[in-house]
Amino acid sequence: MNIDSETLQKIAHLARLELDASHEGQMKKDLEEILEWVDKLNELDTDGIEPLTNMSFEVNSLREDKVTEPLSQERGLRNAPDKEGDYFKVPKVLE
Amino acid sequence: MITKEERAKYDVVVGLEVHAQLMTESKIFSGDGNAFGSQPNTNISTISLGHPGVMPKLNKKAVELAIRMGLACNCKITRFGYFDRKNYFYPDLPKGYQMTQDKTPICVGGYVPIQGVKSQDKVTLNRIHLEEDAGKSIHVDGQPDSLIDLNRAGVPLIEIVTEPEIFSSEAAGAFLTEVRRLVRYLNVCDGNMEEGSLRCDANVSVKLKGETKLGKKVEVKNMNSIKNVMKAIDHEVQRQIHLLEKGESIVSETRTFNPDTGRTSGMRTKEELNDYRYFPEPDLSPLQVSDEWLEDIRSNMPELPSEMKERFKEQYGLNEYDASSMTDQRDLAYFFDAICGITGNYKKAANWLMGPIKSYINEHDMTFSNFPIQPAALASIIALIDEGKISYTAASQQLLPYLFENPLEDAADAAHKLNIWQESDSGSIQSIVDEILASNEDKVKQYRNGKKGLIGMFMGELMKKSKGKVDPQMANKLLRESLDAQ
Repeated sequence: MNIDSETLQKIAHLARLELDASHEGQMKKDLEEILEWVDKLNELDTDGIEPLTNMSFEVNSLREDKVTEPLSQERGLRNAPDKEGDYFKVPKVLE
Repeated sequence: MITKEERAKYDVVVGLEVHAQLMTESKIFSGDGNAFGSQPNTNISTISLGHPGVMPKLNKKAVELAIRMGLACNCKITRFGYFDRKNYFYPDLPKGYQMTQDKTPICVGGYVPIQGVKSQDKVTLNRIHLEEDAGKSIHVDGQPDSLIDLNRAGVPLIEIVTEPEIFSSEAAGAFLTEVRRLVRYLNVCDGNMEEGSLRCDANVSVKLKGETKLGKKVEVKNMNSIKNVMKAIDHEVQRQIHLLEKGESIVSETRTFNPDTGRTSGMRTKEELNDYRYFPEPDLSPLQVSDEWLEDIRSNMPELPSEMKERFKEQYGLNEYDASSMTDQRDLAYFFDAICGITGNYKKAANWLMGPIKSYINEHDMTFSNFPIQPAALASIIALIDEGKISYTAASQQLLPYLFENPLEDAADAAHKLNIWQESDSGSIQSIVDEILASNEDKVKQYRNGKKGLIGMFMGELMKKSKGKVDPQMANKLLRESLDAQ
């Protein structure tokens, strides 16, 4: 399976990764290898088999609606790259 | 902007997406509190902050509330489903994906009956699904940064998605009014659009009459009241017809509504590409709704407004109009029901609520939920009037305002304090009657000779002497008896 430059850049953009032109060749090759490998699965006959959505056979692993001790604001903000007062601070996003 | 003739050439097609925050104690996938108005970043956990390696777990109550809404909207309940990841980057979405139900929404189809719109009597639903809310971004003008509050991240939501089968802004308004009433009756959501616990996006398009293909749709966001949703749709319809009539085409885009100008404007988006790459959520177990669970949810449903209305007609003998009025808002309906549990005079209870109490609430910008007077106090006011202890006028104009200020005081005590207690003890009224008759011998003679109209004059004297504090019915009766007794 071939990946063109446009698809490559689209995937990079969706993952918010910066991919400069000098790395495109290698990345393209790596991705194609991965896809080729995954493609092998298509050789299996999966007719009549339900898609697997979860690795466990458990269903309804639910919790009761109870409030537990929250993470303190101080601990919550501790690992943030940047903060201001009560808030996390991020580069401006405009809608 | 456009002429009547131009407008008449087009049909309007609207689909709505309504997000309702569920009234749970905790969040949808973690135990941090679900509360509005807390100090920023205090209702948080490693799960709602999206820390690596944490495992979310679905809140059972959130599922039950979503099913409750689905049952009320005549939906089919999905008996086996799973969540999906919707991938996109935005700073108020810490994980980089939203956990939602894309392929297997918890409720499918259904409809909501609407009232007061000529052209349609219901709105068909596509689905209701469960998902998590995102945090809040705060953009300060002129600042290079944005601030993030993650208290809202992970708050449970249902998204109610209609089919594109709403054909006017009035129908959209009627639908939202009914949805808000339903979520409130069902204790699913507090329905507060200003605080954002109930939010609505509208997909609006127009097409030439007779055309079967839908026009290009425009999504409008940021309407914080039902009125504004209607205004936004009306403006959008005008704008789109105007463009088409000029020979231009509609751009499929997201626009934001400005409540100050009543207009919509295009939103600047960095992310033009909507590619959410949904896939099944591997961190949550599938959800199975058994017959027993569904039956349990169904049997624990609070009364629906339509059910309550029928019960009010049957149990309290209300007519259609009164029963409708009494069930118009949830808190009013429960208030009325509580009064009727005490008083036997149901019709008067309804009249009091629709009359003096409603005007007081409107004047003071209140709702029935924060109304200070207890149902029992109102029931005793009604009883006092029925027993002739106070007059309706005194009760509505003096006692009621007094009790608003002093809601804990006993109604009868308050009536005494206000000096509006009517004399209905026949002995004391009789003595006043005797006095009046004695000092008006001429008039008494004229009355007894057939000038019956004089009764009005006697009543007037009686009220004057008693300073209006006698039960008029009792007084009238005693007066007639004394005059007629030769």
